[in-house]
Amino acid sequence: MADHLLQVENLRVHFKTYGGEVQAVRGVTFHVDRGETLAVVGESGCGKSVTAQAIMGLIPNPPGRIVDGQIRFDRKVITGMSKKELLSVRGAEIGMVFQDPMTALNPTMKVGAQIVEGFVRTHQVSKEEARKKAMEMLRLVGIPDPEKRVDQYPHEFSGGMRQRVVIAIALANNPKLVIADEPTTALDVTIQAQILDLLRELQEQQQLSIVMITHDLGVVAEIAHRAVVMYAGIVVETGKVEDIFANPKHPYTWGLMRSLPRIDGVEKERLVPIEGTPPDLFHPPKGCPFAPRCQFAMEICEQQMPDASTFTEGHQAACWLHDPRAPKLEELVAAGRQT
Amino acid sequence: MSQALVEVKNLKKHFEIGNGVTLKAVDGVTFTINRGETLGLVGESGCGKSTLGRTMIRLYENTDGEVLFKSKNAHRLKGKDAEQFHRDVQMIFQDPQASLNPRMTVMDIIAEGLDIHGLSRGARADRVKELLELVGLSKEHANRFPHEFSGGQRQRIGIARALAVEPEFIIADEPISALDVSIQAQVVNLLEDLQQDRGLTYLFIAHDLSMVKHISTRIGVMYLGKMVEMANSFELYAKPLHPYTQALLSSIPIPDPTIKRERIILQGDLPSPANAPSGCVFRTRCPKAMEQCAAQVPEWQEAAPNHWVACHLYQ
Repeated sequence: MADHLLQVENLRVHFKTYGGEVQAVRGVTFHVDRGETLAVVGESGCGKSVTAQAIMGLIPNPPGRIVDGQIRFDRKVITGMSKKELLSVRGAEIGMVFQDPMTALNPTMKVGAQIVEGFVRTHQVSKEEARKKAMEMLRLVGIPDPEKRVDQYPHEFSGGMRQRVVIAIALANNPKLVIADEPTTALDVTIQAQILDLLRELQEQQQLSIVMITHDLGVVAEIAHRAVVMYAGIVVETGKVEDIFANPKHPYTWGLMRSLPRIDGVEKERLVPIEGTPPDLFHPPKGCPFAPRCQFAMEICEQQMPDASTFTEGHQAACWLHDPRAPKLEELVAAGRQT
Repeated sequence: MSQALVEVKNLKKHFEIGNGVTLKAVDGVTFTINRGETLGLVGESGCGKSTLGRTMIRLYENTDGEVLFKSKNAHRLKGKDAEQFHRDVQMIFQDPQASLNPRMTVMDIIAEGLDIHGLSRGARADRVKELLELVGLSKEHANRFPHEFSGGQRQRIGIARALAVEPEFIIADEPISALDVSIQAQVVNLLEDLQQDRGLTYLFIAHDLSMVKHISTRIGVMYLGKMVEMANSFELYAKPLHPYTQALLSSIPIPDPTIKRERIILQGDLPSPANAPSGCVFRTRCPKAMEQCAAQVPEWQEAAPNHWVACHLYQ
């Protein structure tokens, strides 16, 4: 068995609500290697954030619970750990960067104190040393004037600067893995470019592994080595970023790519949306969840979930079209269905 | 030359925010929108693009300058003329959750404009059903409430409401930002079809530059209350003149890992519009700033045919 830093296996997470039980994550498997960036991409409600929360042990229970599956981090099984055991992993070996830097920070606490809160808990350090550490972290994430900034409150920082503080908090304990849940979604594009650059730099400097949760295929192409495409609680495609963009294998991935306008195009082309909406996860379909929106859906698709087919190394897609018994794609196109 | 539907001349919208401080949200903007075209408006949060849209539709009174709609000063209209203006100009909002009254049925939401303008006599229900079908919903949806719909469907309801009074000009303020990628394309296609069929004119405000380029005939770029550049959309993307436009375009993440670009990373953050820099407002972050930029406000001028820019580099 390969020695992955993080291994998520057949993860299932359900939430109880007044309307019934939502099956938010329905058997998700992927891994992250040391020093790599993995993007988890998908639309709202596909289960990407819940997966991130499960890794961090942040699923609120009740209403949520991990129904099945296992998460291993650095050779330890972290699903089922006690709260106390989790503390040695969460915030220490795994850092988290949240989407909205305003709500992720405590407005009544100086940023310096927030940055070293976890560090002070795990290391026996004096006040003086803690302050020094906080300034060092501010410098690391590119905040000018750390001597002054360390004693300021979050409202004195702009959105981009606040996100840098959140990143400093995640990195303060020198983690092996950082999980970033839509870290640039709340930011403007020019600020987003700054933050993506920072993450890339930090990764090289610190040999970090990053799990980047995002809905933006542009961000995936910019920063990730590999990607996992999720839809309706399952992984539909995974592989190296170059393979997924050059040669996507799942009809949902095709659909996502075609619904984006090309910024470098010279002629106006009509967008090709994916018609319909994602399925209701209170009553998930027993077959492929994308089948009702899929141009190529066959009878089997609605009956049974497809197994993953492997193409090149590590490039997999779960789609019946790649079953040896399926009709050739060319024949379906000839029969009037569009790619 | 196509005919101007809207002419904005040196429009200003200032807010007094206490302690004698004035926030210049929109500060002297001049442009025209031609009949049947889509003018895209881009810029980062706080640049004044939404305030500009809201001032144009008279949700805000102007501080100075004017908005001419069909050659009439929109902010001076009274009585019947004002009523007609509010019919001719409609708005689609960003958040379809917040812009639909949760206690009204879809029928009442869409027909509200019809009722106000006295257009609903007799055929109210038929008209609403027709509008629902026009935006890709079905007539059975009329008696439901907003919470029963998905985000994309709610945005369709917002569009149907705007269309109910048969406007000529629609201001769409970030109409797709709250929607998922696969749903965004559905709504953009709908807006394009409606424009074709009904000869609508759009002001499309957004921060997603690739979508703006896709939908717009021309694009204006705003920064800190000023228009810094305006050109045909393909021209703007191929030959951006203003250093801010260049940086903005180079920051867009392109969904193609094989493209490696030289990115212009802007230093620092947007200054507060309540305390804008002297001279050119962009100079504090501009990689090409010169001495002159602090002293003088650059003029809004035509640097190439139909390509307007406000920058000392081109004067």
